[in-house]
Amino acid sequence: MRNRTIRFSLGVLLGVAALALVGPWVSPNDYSGTNFDRLLSSPSFSGWHLFGTDDLGRDLFVRTMLGIRVTLVVAIVASLVSLVIGVAYGAIAGYVGGRVDAVMMRMVDTLYALPFIFFVILLMVAFERNFLLIFVAIGAVNWLDMARIVRGQTLSLREREFVEAARLTGAGTLRIIMRHIAPNLVGIVVVYITLTIPQAILVESFLSFLGLGVQEPQTSLGALVDAGVNQMEHASWTLLIPATLLAVILLSFNFLGDGLRDYFDARHAP
Amino acid sequence: MSLLDVTGLTIRYGDDTVVDGVDIFIERGESVGIVGESGSGKSQSALAILGLLERRADVSGSIEFDGQQLLGAAEATLNQVRAQRIGVVFQDPAQALNPYLRIGVQLAQVLVSHGLAGRAEAPRRVIDMLDRVGLPDAARQCRAYPHQLSGGMRQRVMIASALIAEPDLLIADEPTTALDVTVQAQILELLEDIRDNTALLLITHDLGIVAGYCEHMIVLEQGRVVDAGPTTSLFASPRHDHTRALIAAAPRVDRGEIPTAVAGKTRLSVSDAVVDYGELRAVDDIGLTVREGETVAVVGESGSGKSSLVRAVLGLVPLTRGRVVYAGDTLSGPVERRSLAVRRDLQLVYQDPIGALDPQMRVRDIVAEPLLIHAPRLGSAERRRRTVAMLDLVGLREALLQRFPHELSGGQAQRVAIGRALILGPSVLICDEAVAALDGTVREQVLALLRNVQRETGLSIVFISHDLAVVRSISHRVLVMYMGRFAELARKAGKPRRLMIDTTHLKAHRTAASLLKKGLFPDASGARRAA
Repeated sequence: MRNRTIRFSLGVLLGVAALALVGPWVSPNDYSGTNFDRLLSSPSFSGWHLFGTDDLGRDLFVRTMLGIRVTLVVAIVASLVSLVIGVAYGAIAGYVGGRVDAVMMRMVDTLYALPFIFFVILLMVAFERNFLLIFVAIGAVNWLDMARIVRGQTLSLREREFVEAARLTGAGTLRIIMRHIAPNLVGIVVVYITLTIPQAILVESFLSFLGLGVQEPQTSLGALVDAGVNQMEHASWTLLIPATLLAVILLSFNFLGDGLRDYFDARHAP
Repeated sequence: MSLLDVTGLTIRYGDDTVVDGVDIFIERGESVGIVGESGSGKSQSALAILGLLERRADVSGSIEFDGQQLLGAAEATLNQVRAQRIGVVFQDPAQALNPYLRIGVQLAQVLVSHGLAGRAEAPRRVIDMLDRVGLPDAARQCRAYPHQLSGGMRQRVMIASALIAEPDLLIADEPTTALDVTVQAQILELLEDIRDNTALLLITHDLGIVAGYCEHMIVLEQGRVVDAGPTTSLFASPRHDHTRALIAAAPRVDRGEIPTAVAGKTRLSVSDAVVDYGELRAVDDIGLTVREGETVAVVGESGSGKSSLVRAVLGLVPLTRGRVVYAGDTLSGPVERRSLAVRRDLQLVYQDPIGALDPQMRVRDIVAEPLLIHAPRLGSAERRRRTVAMLDLVGLREALLQRFPHELSGGQAQRVAIGRALILGPSVLICDEAVAALDGTVREQVLALLRNVQRETGLSIVFISHDLAVVRSISHRVLVMYMGRFAELARKAGKPRRLMIDTTHLKAHRTAASLLKKGLFPDASGARRAA
């Protein structure tokens, strides 16, 4: 039952990813070429404009596939960063406690205090305007929440009797964190990551909207939806297609998260 | 006509029949006890009477209360009956009271919302009621929040709220299980005295309570009534094997073999131990020695400092003063600083077996974990062999190896915890209320297991408990703790059946005496005053 949820959502995500990889390669159109004879034409097989064209006559199918790539990469990078840095940081701070915890968490607070946009602009000034900076910016912010949540959970796990029992037997800090704390964090971590992914995707489209993220003629699903909103009265497909795909991706990540949480939680194992 | 007339009550969850054709009759003013182990369906039956079962439960049979059919009755009717005619006291008063409302307000709500008293009149009746249940200074205490009261006081408040509407029937589901022994007795006395003409349906796993407080008893096993009748005659001549087993398993201070004292070498000794938590002195100048192959019991009410003492011995809380000597070496500092050898030799078993096992690990990994730490070079085949052998020793089938803790019963989980503690071959096992959460028969099995292991390996056991009857069957020496101090219960020469109180400390003396009295399970004949 749970495995079906995982399989289904994973299948959808892999299908979308495969389409995004193969699509632009198969299509005769490219993502930046304009065709002024076909401004805002509706989806059709003529000229292989499967998703129609935008107001500059660019093929929306190829552009949407490109947008999916960016969106998926952002999602994966954001979740990896918050998973690896956030969980390790939070678990160590929470388990070791005391002064180590205080110092580590004040660092998190400091990073929190930086206004996000200011932080991004700072990065832009320091480095060239670069697509990669989006990941750095999103990554730098995303693990903070995760670290806090994991730390809180670890603080309460640390006091549990099974952890104390392990301490009494002589288990070292590393062993306790890896064998006793981390597996008991899986539920909350997976749930939180499913929240992180949509958030990261939205932050990316917000940055792109401000002109700080993906730059034309490159695109992302967020940027496409934003452009589509302006055309929705006379060319609804420019909004509906990328928006639907964005929704499908977000929903799949949510279902995947639900399924994974149940899968990892021994209490729900079949 | 009976006040409550339950016939053929059957409760199913899917294919799982938890209650199977149970009959319960209660006359006005009568007291009936339902006894059974956990999972025997006693609480389910009570919830069915109250119409509080989960929606997915499939209930059939008949529940007539004062001539009115409750099964399948409209929610409004049930509410009416529950509010005015049936009072309920649950096991854990901490959960049954709203933590954000003053108790006086909560009780007044009962009266006002059911139109039993006006707003002006309600507070006075609440104070009267709290006074009757023995809440000291009721007029002031009714302004207290639940967390400001002790467990016993909270249970008094629950009883007040159950009785304030003057119901015809009071259902008490394990009303004293969450409480201390001394408080337990007070609450039961209160229930007995206060209920006047209210009938009582008392649900418990404790045969001693039924013997002392119920006229009739019903014995449930796996959802079926196996025995029913007047308490005195059932105790005198139990008809069913299960009843006999329950009676035999009930621990008694005055019966059973007392282990003889041992004279081995001293293994663990504590001297002049003091443990402070800030201002509070939890352990006050305690000395304790444990010999090879000896079981020393430490008895006391909660808050008497017995857990703090063993936690200090294990290095989980710091000693303010004093010394712990094990095998000639002074142990100092927190557990992390102690050598692996010491950590192997001193093992702890907790009260709550489920909480002490990692919910994400399987039984085989839980039991084998100490081996991974202390004998990392062991091959996986050898590790598995030892794990299986250990499970066998604690009486668990190999099939349980793959289970997670939540898939075990309380008794099985406690055996797993004991297996984990014993797999390294420790020399001192500390049991912190290790059988308090277990049913009668399971408790006996676990105690027997500990005795066997001790006989075979010369294990020393420090056995912490609030239950003197349990302690008697396992320990060579009993120490009573009171307010952080000891009063020793020694055994009088020549009279092995009596535990004698040997103390100069007056207060401790009194506690010890009351513990002895409360721990003594009454015979049906002697204790049943009315019958």
